[in-house]
Amino acid sequence: MIEGFTALYIFMLAAFTGYEVIARVPVILHTPLMSGSNFVHGIVLVGAMVAMGHADTDLEKVIGFLGVMLAAGNAVGGYVVTERMLEMFKSSKGAK
Amino acid sequence: MDAVIQLSYFAAAVLFILGLKRMSSPVTARGGILWAGAGMVVATLITFLWPDMHNYAWMTLALVVGGGLAWYTGKKVAMTDMPQMIAIYNGMGGGAAAAIAAVELLRGDFHAPTFQVLAVAGALIGSVAFSGSMIAFAKLQGLINRSLVFSGQQLINLAIFAAALAFGFLLMTAELPSGLNILLFFALALLFGVLMTLPIGGADMPVVISLYNALTGLAVAFEGFVLGNAAMIIAGTVVGSAGTLLTQLMAKAMNRSLGNVLFSGFGSGAAAEGEVGDQGEMKEIDATDAAVMMAYADTVIIVPGYGMAVAQAQHKIWEFVQLLENRGVTVKFAIHPVAGRMPGHMNVLLAEAGVPYDKIFDLEEINNEFEKADVALVIGANDVVNPVARSNPESPIYGMPILNADKAKNVICVKRGKGKGFSGIENALFFLDNTRMLYGDGQAVAGKLITEVKQL
Repeated sequence: MIEGFTALYIFMLAAFTGYEVIARVPVILHTPLMSGSNFVHGIVLVGAMVAMGHADTDLEKVIGFLGVMLAAGNAVGGYVVTERMLEMFKSSKGAK
Repeated sequence: MDAVIQLSYFAAAVLFILGLKRMSSPVTARGGILWAGAGMVVATLITFLWPDMHNYAWMTLALVVGGGLAWYTGKKVAMTDMPQMIAIYNGMGGGAAAAIAAVELLRGDFHAPTFQVLAVAGALIGSVAFSGSMIAFAKLQGLINRSLVFSGQQLINLAIFAAALAFGFLLMTAELPSGLNILLFFALALLFGVLMTLPIGGADMPVVISLYNALTGLAVAFEGFVLGNAAMIIAGTVVGSAGTLLTQLMAKAMNRSLGNVLFSGFGSGAAAEGEVGDQGEMKEIDATDAAVMMAYADTVIIVPGYGMAVAQAQHKIWEFVQLLENRGVTVKFAIHPVAGRMPGHMNVLLAEAGVPYDKIFDLEEINNEFEKADVALVIGANDVVNPVARSNPESPIYGMPILNADKAKNVICVKRGKGKGFSGIENALFFLDNTRMLYGDGQAVAGKLITEVKQL
């Protein structure tokens, strides 16, 4: 378990990392990058799996099921559309 | 086993950050998503080994159903509809974060009061991102056409938000929160997301989607703290801050502040009165004359807009451009930061048609070249070339950076009809002396231009 100040430090460092990673991105990549970061928060899937894995009552199981389903949609959908967009950058580079 | 799981999550977090880093440069972008994807696969598979879990069968089913549907829709969707798909996948992530919080609150098994607070905060943010994104999707998809605006709207929204906060506070302090309390809390949070998004006009949606993307990231991070899951904390926080920055960049490209986007109701038609008056007449040109004009020009700058993408005209336009270049005409594409439905969306669409990078120019790069250009071909763009943004302080789009297409010697505007643009503002460019209107569907017009140039 990650406690107190350690958690706060992780939060702070990760926030700066996110800022730095994006800081110098050209406009042409805004949409793919938004889509890419949308994919990255699909990691909520592992949390949804753990939550469902520990669900006991029927209600908890149903909510857990919905959570895993939504999270899987986030991860897979985010990947597919990002990949399709970036695929085009590859092909146009070849034509150059 | 715990060490293996933690190590995998660590690896996933590293891969996510490196992947995002690579995605921020055109050369390495494609590798970036592969790296991040690898991280996701590793993290997901290793989670099956998490100790003391059950419900595996249902869990796998949920994975397959959710993932399968998303795979199918993601592969099928047209490039022009990309923004609303991002919205819906993002909303799903927010919903998942809220679901995690709901399960944890029902179980009521928190290690410390801090976690209870974080669970509720994540649930609130996640729910708003979920319902808000769904409305954004519905609006961009055309399922909701009108923007709901009424007097006292912001007060009502504020009251609902306050009520959601109050129930959230009860949840934070309760030993084992009641089902009713949890239900009311989520219902209010979801309602707030809907009501907050409804008044926002379609033109501002990309900024809003980007904001919800950042919010989902934050919600994921909060639930990550609750579950003690480092991968979720790091990935969620990185997306939260990166998304916030991206939202600001987008808002800046449209010359609007975030507060303005969220609370002003611009682009909804209500604020866009526009200035009508002695603007003269629109003058028409036919495809033959337009083709001749461009074929004998030295420099042509093409300003594509969303209208071109809707007509799927980008392939034909590129064919036309190649014909012009064979005749020795210099052709450049000028892309406004918010051309299309999102920053960078137009670049994706042109890349799809096979237009190479070195023909595509940003606003800053090309704006001084319009004066030297013989023809500016505006196709399906409207507000981003409207000179009132420079000249008329009364106009709602005053101050927005625009492409100076009006400075070209000749301007040809390809347009389907005489209607107004996305924002509902009359475009002064269409009435200028050096402007000619070429009416018709983008793709049909491009086809005609190709035939005409070939006959020369």
